[in-house]
Formats: sequence, C-alpha cells, structure tokens
Amino acid sequence: MALLEVKNLDVRFAVRGGDLKALRGISFSLDKGERLGLVGESGAGKSVAAFSILNLIARPGYIAGGQILFEGTDLAAMSERELSKIRGNRIAMIFQDPMMTLNPVLTIGTQMVEAILAHRRISKKAARDIALDRLKKVQIPSPEKRLEQYPHELSGGMRQRVIIAIALLLDPEIIIADEPTTALDVTIQAEIMALLLDLCEQENVALMLITHDLGVVSQVTQRMLVMYSGRIIEQGPTREIINDAQHPYTQGLINALPQMGEPGERLFQIPGSMPSLKNVPSGCPFHPRCRFATGQCKQAMPDYVRSGNVDVACYEVSNLIEQEKHMQEAES
Amino acid sequence: MTSPLVRIRGLEKRFDLSGGLLEQIKFEGGRFRRKQEAVHAINGVDLDVNRGEALCVVGESGCGKSTVARTVMGLLSPSAGEIEYDGNRIDHLEGKDVLPYRRKMQMIFQNPYASLNPRMTIQQTLEEPIRFHHPDWSPMQIRDKIHEVMHSVGIDPDWGSRFGHEFSGGQRQRIAIARALAVDPEFIVADEPISALDVSIQAQVLNLLMDAQESRGLTYLFITHDLAVVEHFGTRVAVMYLGRVCELADTQTLFATPRHPYTQALLSAIPKLEDDRPNHIRLQGEVPTPVNLPSGCVFHGRCPYANDRCRQEIPELIATDGGARVACHAVEEGRL
Repeated sequence: MALLEVKNLDVRFAVRGGDLKALRGISFSLDKGERLGLVGESGAGKSVAAFSILNLIARPGYIAGGQILFEGTDLAAMSERELSKIRGNRIAMIFQDPMMTLNPVLTIGTQMVEAILAHRRISKKAARDIALDRLKKVQIPSPEKRLEQYPHELSGGMRQRVIIAIALLLDPEIIIADEPTTALDVTIQAEIMALLLDLCEQENVALMLITHDLGVVSQVTQRMLVMYSGRIIEQGPTREIINDAQHPYTQGLINALPQMGEPGERLFQIPGSMPSLKNVPSGCPFHPRCRFATGQCKQAMPDYVRSGNVDVACYEVSNLIEQEKHMQEAES
Repeated sequence: MTSPLVRIRGLEKRFDLSGGLLEQIKFEGGRFRRKQEAVHAINGVDLDVNRGEALCVVGESGCGKSTVARTVMGLLSPSAGEIEYDGNRIDHLEGKDVLPYRRKMQMIFQNPYASLNPRMTIQQTLEEPIRFHHPDWSPMQIRDKIHEVMHSVGIDPDWGSRFGHEFSGGQRQRIAIARALAVDPEFIVADEPISALDVSIQAQVLNLLMDAQESRGLTYLFITHDLAVVEHFGTRVAVMYLGRVCELADTQTLFATPRHPYTQALLSAIPKLEDDRPNHIRLQGEVPTPVNLPSGCVFHGRCPYANDRCRQEIPELIATDGGARVACHAVEEGRL
C-alpha cells in the first residue's frame, strides 16, 4: 500500500457566478521514502494540490470530491481536530517564504519547542534538546546561539534551514515542500536543495516537491507529475519524462528552456498562455496552444495512456501508440 | 576598433544609512561621536558596452547589478566615477541636456505589474513617451508608431483602449517592451525582464527581445541572476560580487572555462536537466554585508584558494590568455 494515495481529488473555489474548478480529478500516489516532483506554471494547481492534502485550503476553497488516503485513512473526511494531529507531526510542510512561516516576535527556540510540545508530552528541556539536534542536522553554524535568536537576525538561506529543521522536528513520514528555494539565490538554492535531499535520504522521509524549475526536479526527485490547468497531464519516472517527454506541453516546457536552445538562436516557444480558471477550454485544456490539436481534442478530456512507464493524457500520443500496435500486428 | 556605445569608468555608489545629523550622533566611550554608515553598492566598476551587443551582468542579490543599471540610466547619481554615452559624459547632466539621451536609452523593469500605470490605457501608456520626445509629431504619426510597436511585440493594436490589469504578466511585459521601443532607442537596459514570468512565457519574451535586437540594431545591458538565460542571450558576461566585477568574458569563453572561483561556484549551482543529484561547488559562509566590506578581495572570506595577499590587496581585472578578464590573485599568480 502506498503511503499517500490521492484519488480523483476535486477542489473548487466557490465564487460569485459559480465554482472555479482548481483541481479536476487528480490522482497520484507517494510511497514511503519516495521523492515526487509536482511541476507546472503558475495557475496549474500545483500549490492547491499540495495544500489540499492537509486540507489547508482557505475558504472559499473546498474539497468537492475524491479521497486523500494517508496510510489508508481518508484525510479529506477527517475533522479539524484529527487533522491537527497529523499536520506538522506525520506530514510536515515547507513554504516558499521563510519570513512568512516564522513568527517574527518569537525566538527560533521558542517556536521549535512550541511545535514539539503541541504533539508530544515531554519536558521543555527534552524538547529543546530535540530542537538543537535538528538544527545540527541542517548544518547551521553555532546552533545553540540560533535558538536564542529572532528570525530577522538570520539570513534568507539560514531561515530556510531553520524551516527545514522545524519540518524535521517530529520525524514526519512526508514533507511537502512548496517552492522551497524560489526566493533564494542560485548558490544558496543549490545548498538548500542538496541538504533537503540528503536529509530525506538519511531519514527515509517521502518528499513532495512543488516547483516550476525542471532542473531542480531532475536533480532531486524520482518521479514527477506535470500539471496543467487543474489536471495532471503526464506522470512517471523523472528521468524518463525529462529525457523523452510525451505530452506536447511537457515537451514545450522542456524545449523552451534557454539551456535547450542554441546560443543566439530563437528559443522554442509555446504560443499563448495558461487559460484562467474562469474560462477553461473544453476537452483537453491545452488544445488552444497545442501544435497537434485536432477536433477530437476540443470535445473531451483524453484518458491516460501508458507509454513506457509514463502515463500521459493526450490523444496524439494514444493515436501514435495505436498506430504502432497496428504496424506491429501487420508485420507479424 | 570602434569606440564603445556606453563606457563606465570607476563607478561607485554608496547609499547613506545613517540618516540626519542627530541620528548620526552616538554616545560611545564617554563622549559623543558622529558615526556614518553606508551601503557600498558599487565599488569601482569599469565596463564597456559595445554597439550591437548584449552585455549581461549577473550576480546574486545585493551584488549591485541593479544599481549599475539604474546608475547608467541616470535614475541614481553615482557617488564617484564617470558614465559616457557615445563619447559624451552623461552622469552629471541635468534638465534639458539629458533629454536627447533619455530618448536613446530606455529601460525595461522586472515587474510588469508595477511598471505600467494602472490608470492609463495601453494607448495612453505608449503615447506618453512619444508625445514627450516628439512634440512636433502629428496625431497620425503617433498613431502609426503605436500601431507599429504594438504589432512588433505581438499585441493586437485594437487592444489599445484596454487597461494594464486586463492583460497577463507576459502580455504586460510585452507592452513594457513596446513602450521602450516606441521612441526608437539605441540602447536598452533590461533589469531582470523575464524573472517574474513563467517558463513558457520567458521563452516568448526572450525571443521577442532577440528579434527586436536584430531588426532594430539594439544594444542591451541585460541584468539577470539566471545564468541559463545569459548563456543563451548574452554576447559578453560580467559577473559581479559585492559591488565589483570579478570576471568579464565572452559568453562562450565564460561558460566553457570559468576562471574566477566565484564564477565557477555560480555556474556549478545551476540545476541542469541532465543532473541526477545536485553537484555544486560548496562555498563557505554567506555573502558579507555591503555595509562593512571585507578588506582585499571581496570574495576572500568564502574562497577556497584565498591567501594573505587576497586578504589585503584588492585584485584588479587582468586579461588572461583565454581572453577573459579576471579579478583574482590566484589566477594572476597561476595558482588556479
């Protein structure tokens, strides 16, 4: 059994003039110790997907359907009280902006001890020892001193290390990291990503990494899923997708990277931009921007087909697979 | 060899932190003292921007790259040093004398949500610079020009009566580019023009900037933190660290054989698609504050090759055999 299994998750935002469908039936799973990347551009629904796992989506957002099975129990059906026993304890989250996550008027130590005591009945002294141990794990220089410091006294990279230390406090099974390095400089980003990867491997923690950076996904994750307009359009082993993407959107995303183009030549570009949730196109949401779009694509959302170890939702890909089958049959 | 279009010499910029006179007075050791503090954003930068090239300035936050851009544009006045445009010094000009340069030099900012006036239609946004710089143009001429620039950035000219908020981020950045192109500039300073955009939109805007360069013969000073973009877009690259240029080279040379230890670390930190694990060069510590600059080479505190000379003497940019100019004692002495 997978550690976390999301089935047909449907998340909507109730606004005037009807519901906005932020997630339209997404399904994926995460095994113990596995590292999964969620990739997509702004508005694809990757953060909503991450937040809804712990039911952290604020009103007017709500989970309209589907299941989030964590070790077999449905998180979507749990009460706030039951959920609070899981949040931060079994499943921890790391957000993009460390300054927003840390309380500016409490010392690092106070915040860490508070988080431990919310879940464990131990003495303050013991909690402080755990906090110190985690700060050492994230390789912060002079960790004892940091416990007494306030967040504003630390640099951006140091703050994100503290956030990772807090996520590790209670030995979670899953860490959900939402763009953990986007606000940081390149060299600091590399340090933090390497640290997160090392720690997840050492402690055998599963990682769900939300990012728009395909380079980071390729360095850190084993499997990835690509989201577009509230749907998963492609998922499978990271290496396989990066090397040989099937969906035209994923292909476009990879080919649009400056490192894929010849220096000085025009880059490959996907025309247009992601549709807003207010007017999602019919059928495959990518069809208005797709080179291969046909009448079929406008009518209904394509089902997933398997190509290698990758699941893709695209008529073009499924037609190609069909053709190949026919050719093989004809040959034999 | 022709003279450079923009020549920057000995540029320095300090931002005073200490406030008014009364705030500067501190009581220390039994007596009152006047204490002044400043952020040393740029500390002696020499750069030439050649005609028709795209000079990229890269570095991490706080290295002074945006300050260089703003000082060149005259949005900030330099604390020391000179800026020449086409052989004429422009950094001390005031009032009417600046105007001809303002037309030739245009700027594109990072955030298209902040750089377009929300109360103006696109038509008005594009009209304003043209009216200002060409007061003698007829309404027909202005309309044709707006039509032409909107067309060239891929925005439907019929959308002129819309407001900025009706457009997506990528479209807004196109409009900001159209506004810069409207007065037929020669030189464009682009400060992180694609950093706020999504990957697929970044490619569109980057292509647009390259097309404009080709069709209009533009010269760019391109500020960015994204080295992958530099490799694709730049003719030459200047790497900055704590207000100084530490390496200046042709793009190909820099990416093939980075010489300065900081450039090497920076290049190794870009996550690449073919990587299976992060494999960056680990630097010690963090970027020091530009309030109290380290002595000697600004990078010595984090450099694995630093010795006593690095701690005392500031390295100059020196040409190497590879064609790059590097400010590093270790490279100069052949230790690296």
